[in-house]
Amino acid sequence: MELKEKLVSSFLAFEANVDTTSPIHDIRIEALKSFEAYGFPTKKLEAWKYTSLNSVIKNDFSIFPKKEIALEFKDVKKYFISDLDSYKIVFIDGVYSSHLSETTHDKIDVCLMSSALSQNRFKPVIDVYYNTVVKEDGMTALNTAFAKEGAYIYIPKNIAADKPIQIIHFATGVDGAAMLQPRNLIVCEDNSEVTIIERHQNLSENKVFTNSVTEMYAGNNAHIDYYKIQNDTDTSCLVDNTFTEQHNNSVCSVHTFAFGGDITRNNLNFYQKGQGIDSILNGVTILEGKTHVDHNTLVEHQEPNCESHQDYKGIFDEKSTGVFNGKIIVEQEAQKTNAFQSNNNILLSDKATVNSKPQLEIFADDVKCSHGCTIGQLDESALFYMRSRGIATKEAKALLMYAFANNVLESVKIPQLKTRINKIIADKLGVNIGFDL
Amino acid sequence: MLEIKDLHASVEDKEILKGLNLKVNAGEVHAIMGPNGAGKSTLASVVSGKEEYEVTSGAIFLEGEDIEELGAEERAHKGIFLSFQYPVEIPGVSVTNFMKTAINETRKARGQEEMPARDMLKKIKEKSELLEIDSKFLSRSLNEGFSGGEKKRNEIFQMAMLEPKVAILDETDSGLDIDALRIVANGVNKLKSKDNAVIVITHYQRLLEYIVPDFVHVLHDGKIVKSGTKDLALELEEKGYDWIKEELKA
Repeated sequence: MELKEKLVSSFLAFEANVDTTSPIHDIRIEALKSFEAYGFPTKKLEAWKYTSLNSVIKNDFSIFPKKEIALEFKDVKKYFISDLDSYKIVFIDGVYSSHLSETTHDKIDVCLMSSALSQNRFKPVIDVYYNTVVKEDGMTALNTAFAKEGAYIYIPKNIAADKPIQIIHFATGVDGAAMLQPRNLIVCEDNSEVTIIERHQNLSENKVFTNSVTEMYAGNNAHIDYYKIQNDTDTSCLVDNTFTEQHNNSVCSVHTFAFGGDITRNNLNFYQKGQGIDSILNGVTILEGKTHVDHNTLVEHQEPNCESHQDYKGIFDEKSTGVFNGKIIVEQEAQKTNAFQSNNNILLSDKATVNSKPQLEIFADDVKCSHGCTIGQLDESALFYMRSRGIATKEAKALLMYAFANNVLESVKIPQLKTRINKIIADKLGVNIGFDL
Repeated sequence: MLEIKDLHASVEDKEILKGLNLKVNAGEVHAIMGPNGAGKSTLASVVSGKEEYEVTSGAIFLEGEDIEELGAEERAHKGIFLSFQYPVEIPGVSVTNFMKTAINETRKARGQEEMPARDMLKKIKEKSELLEIDSKFLSRSLNEGFSGGEKKRNEIFQMAMLEPKVAILDETDSGLDIDALRIVANGVNKLKSKDNAVIVITHYQRLLEYIVPDFVHVLHDGKIVKSGTKDLALELEEKGYDWIKEELKA
């Protein structure tokens, strides 16, 4: 059976395990209809021209986890930023692991979507924000139809979360190939602050297909920093759909570190609904093998005096492929917009490919918008220069790659996270160089 | 210390060096002069291990060891240093981090421990003062936006940091005003010792007023055609290279 049919027909079984009287369920039913109409995206869609899910959706995925699996912290410690004091929301095959998590309801709510959807005290927030920021397409409709678990983070007015929050999704492969659909909601009221680190990790050789939706809401003067670490196995496919709505003078940044996986598609969308807003989208992509990563970004400037900054660096070796499709819309109202976009790529192999496509739609006349994209090779004369000073080829290449990605790496605000990302890169490049960044 | 025997080298099948012989002992300064296209920069590139150049015959010995098969970094570890005619700009790598990496990679290759951070800083301070390099300069990206003089001073600063056995200065005087030339020459002179050697490749005699060579060689058409003392450099300055070409014909 095709995956689409399997999903649609399993909805009845899904309903047996959720509260069908909740208004959330009406949303699910509508979303299922939409998914039936849209289906999975195909390369015929302009936005999916360079990324095909065909090789993924032909697999027979188990849709609901059959057994609950326990993991020992020591076995998965390396996937955490373990030297960072943080809240943790951890899922194993889509099921919450209280054993590995550390949640709170003290001043802020850092807990589970399933609790937020079912308990009355969260209802005021859910009613206002749930499913309001997301835009519907086949993938998001599918997620909404089956949404029941994920991270729920609520930061009330004038509160800064006292520590960062790590959201980690483990897949054990115990049921064979598995499909996961986490649903996250992050609401930051006026003058609040939060930092989030997210990771998806497949622990087996079995295939995993994750279709994740994250809705973020930033009130006036709110500040959200979101870091995504994508360094999964080559049997993992991730479609990440992240939607951010920002209000006056809020600052939101999303960093995406794409280092692995089979196929990764990042749909990252920012909607500016106020003035004085800053949206920051940064990415470092370092790939080899046959890995494919597609960054599809959208920034909608709807009001005057706002900024957006996009900086994506990519390094592609062997037969890896990268896509950057960055769309900036400046509405007629959005005078004095400053929108910057840059996408720079290095190809280390003549079999690697990059497609970079900036799209600017500007309807206001007093704006500053710039975009630039480059695709090149490592500088041979720089390599020789470094070698002549005693730095071996591998290390010299690594140093040049670090230097290339440096301004994005430098913008990571958590030192422990920066160290970890540098270590992941050093491990990938097979070097151990003793310089600080 | 460095011995080059009957060296033939080509680039893209064009032979540039055509049987070059040179022997440099520890404690000596040799100047290599010659007209454009004689093969001066090729010699520098071949000795430092640039792979575009193919050595077709002959050999290069460093302290008796044939280094022909070694990569550029291995030659650096053994004590070869090239001051580039055109130093490469490397955005995103600071002078300090570059130097730390170069020194520690070299120490690693020699089986030594990494240099303690305190010693490194002390050394950087000492050597940058020698070359009159401002400390702000050290945190800037390597050679990026440096003036010609700053690039050359930075080359000699690297030489000071790495303490090579054989330093080849390729047209280090080009693009330098007189003050920068004096600083660079002063730096080189302070680094000279009985245990190392310096090869100065230059078009003009000017630099040799400051870095006084023990021997001067004239490179012409891929070979050393005349050797002498520093007086030869003065003669070349005065009379140009044509008389040597005439002499060769005769």
